[in-house]
Amino acid sequence: MAGFLRSRPGLAHTREGIRLSQSMKKTFASSSKVYLFLLLMVILGPLGNVLLGKGMRQVGSISSWDSAEVIHFLSQVAGSVAIWLGILCLMVFFAVYMLVLSWADYSYVQPASAVAYGMVALLGHFLLGEAITPMRWTGVLIICLGVLVVGNTPPRTTESRG
Amino acid sequence: MKNEIIFLLLIVVAGTGGELCVARTMQAVGPATDLRPAALVRLIGRVLRSGWMWLGLLLMAVGFFSLLEMLSLENVSFVVPVTALSYGFGALGGKLFLREQVTRRRWVGVLLVCVGVGLVLIGQR
Repeated sequence: MAGFLRSRPGLAHTREGIRLSQSMKKTFASSSKVYLFLLLMVILGPLGNVLLGKGMRQVGSISSWDSAEVIHFLSQVAGSVAIWLGILCLMVFFAVYMLVLSWADYSYVQPASAVAYGMVALLGHFLLGEAITPMRWTGVLIICLGVLVVGNTPPRTTESRG
Repeated sequence: MKNEIIFLLLIVVAGTGGELCVARTMQAVGPATDLRPAALVRLIGRVLRSGWMWLGLLLMAVGFFSLLEMLSLENVSFVVPVTALSYGFGALGGKLFLREQVTRRRWVGVLLVCVGVGLVLIGQR
């Protein structure tokens, strides 16, 4: 933005130039807010799922539908820290998702949040030492390419209906 | 096979349709400008008064339970890659239902994401 105004020295001091500079600053600020919250989404969503999965594996599956067994199962679920942390992550994820949707198009947010697939692959590979097949890495690369292409379009193309 | 097709349709249409309804709610509520806790609570109150939000949550629940049912009928390696179709359906819904401008560049991006998600999920085996 500064470069744009530097290349037009006369424009920076005119009323139109100031208005343009303010609107570009606003667009830049709102885009960075969208990127930041999208980043939160792609971290919190997979993290919540991983924690829920870990908690449920610790608890194990329910062996019968006797009322005593069900109560025992539910009390184990309620006593799992991993499950509560997973639920908390997913609740914050959903709140962040709604905020992002108030600032950006759904057709922008949905594909951009697919970076989460890459995040899961990276977390699995580097933290849990999981083997990732070449086909999966190719998929992750293609997703990143797609997100890059979508990310180059304006996040919001509609006016608020409110 | 008929049941499988119905459940697959429900996963894609109801799941994505639910998200589209949530997006419509947020479009109606308007951009959140104040992120302080009190303002966020007021925002949640406005969101919960919207019929679209409740329809969205209902559809998302239908999509989720259809996915669970489908997983009990078919292999994960078949079911899950099909969910990549949601990205194409989502862009279409954004254009037709939310009146978003889905440019050619955005379509190309969505198509790449669809292919990528499909490969990731197939490569998971």
